Amino acid sequence: MNGYWSDIFTGSKSLVTGLLITAREFFKPVVTEQYPYEVPVMTPRFRGHIELIGNEETGQPNCVVCGMCQRACPSTCISLDGRKAEGGKGKVLTHYTLDFTKCSLCGLCVESCNFNALRFSKDYNLVSFDKNDFIMDMLKRLEEQNRCKQ
Amino acid sequence: MDTSIWRALIYLAGLLAFAGLNAAYLGWCERKGAARIQRRIGPCEAGWAGLAQPLCDGLKLMSKQLLVPEGVDGIIFRVAPVLAMIPAITSLVVIPFSDNIGARAMELSVLLLFALASLSMIAVLLGGWASGNKYAIISSARAVSQNLAYEIPMLLTVITVVMLSGSMNLREIALDQQGGFWHWNIFRLEHGHFLTMWIAFIVFFICSVAETNRAPFDMAEAESELVAGFMTEYSSMGFGLFMMGEYLNIVIGACLTTTLFLGGWDCPFGLTPGVWWFLIKIYILIFTFIWIRWTYPRTQIYRLLNLSWKILIPFSLANLLITAALIKVF
Repeated sequence: MNGYWSDIFTGSKSLVTGLLITAREFFKPVVTEQYPYEVPVMTPRFRGHIELIGNEETGQPNCVVCGMCQRACPSTCISLDGRKAEGGKGKVLTHYTLDFTKCSLCGLCVESCNFNALRFSKDYNLVSFDKNDFIMDMLKRLEEQNRCKQ
Repeated sequence: MDTSIWRALIYLAGLLAFAGLNAAYLGWCERKGAARIQRRIGPCEAGWAGLAQPLCDGLKLMSKQLLVPEGVDGIIFRVAPVLAMIPAITSLVVIPFSDNIGARAMELSVLLLFALASLSMIAVLLGGWASGNKYAIISSARAVSQNLAYEIPMLLTVITVVMLSGSMNLREIALDQQGGFWHWNIFRLEHGHFLTMWIAFIVFFICSVAETNRAPFDMAEAESELVAGFMTEYSSMGFGLFMMGEYLNIVIGACLTTTLFLGGWDCPFGLTPGVWWFLIKIYILIFTFIWIRWTYPRTQIYRLLNLSWKILIPFSLANLLITAALIKVF
């Protein structure tokens, strides 16, 4: 009989405590996010695929075609090209492609960029039936972003 | 009217509708209740607040193939789900919903109900046995040992109630408790029965949770260890019938608890007794079933048996003796 009654009392007490906890939770607001209807706001340090940063005023890419990102990339996802700027010094970006199928989001490209030309995007809705959709043209993306800004 | 065929037909249709609606919508209630307790919103896509969900689930289950695996005992395998459903629906016949609603008021309806409750245990046993699956057999063996262990305290508490009311007729038992909550068996003021009867109520309620194989006593379908227990090999409506049987058993358990302890259709303050009070009481009890399920983790089989043999049976026996003594003395 040792501990029989105390077992019953402590047991019943803990059972009631449990019930009270769930009863309290029952009336508290919902914590889940109803995804397709509610879109989450991504945190500042979220690492999506990379994107080009445009100049605040002109909207042109900050990129100077130094090719550091291309060299830093361990999976050779990035390919870019430029031509000599007309009338000025330096180069202008003519195409910038990211092969996101190979990218592991290591972020070495963003780290290696000295001209504030690359950043992580906040895109997370990345679904497609076509692999080619993930070979992304970054210049086109930047143009679209500029259009949206206007 | 009593002997008219219409009475039987109307009761048949009414009880089947009650059973069907409950079996379907308790699933919805369960999912909503679980969701609220876990602070989700639960089903919300099909219909307003997911109210069309049971319909969709039913259609989905019916459109699936009724798979009969190789090596099962064909006939028993097919009969078991039906056998799970039949006693549950039949039990509704003797439940007195109100003073004037109740299909049959048999003299031995309490006995009949417990006989039928044991039959649904047989369905679990047969389903598990016929499946020819290790998990299913372990599960049905557990279910039987559990149901046997919990039937004893359950029946002991019922004997107490039967002694108090002096009848085995559920209608008589409910009639005996009319006139406010102090007449209900759980708080029965006269002769000091309230001193022990609330314990009997708790014992009975725990037993009815265990009898219906609900969590935390769902040893029979412990998903984490036995896949789905006796339902492992069932697909389509075979599974659906087992589920419906389970929910109906909850309804029966709640109806029985209400009738035996909570005064049936009686209003707590003796104002407007009627079927609505019966329904309010059973749905509060059913909510408690759901609440309990989503509060406690599953117990272990030996703890479960310990609880029954070491605590519930001695308590219900003591309660039986005390009640008998009180009845004898006063």
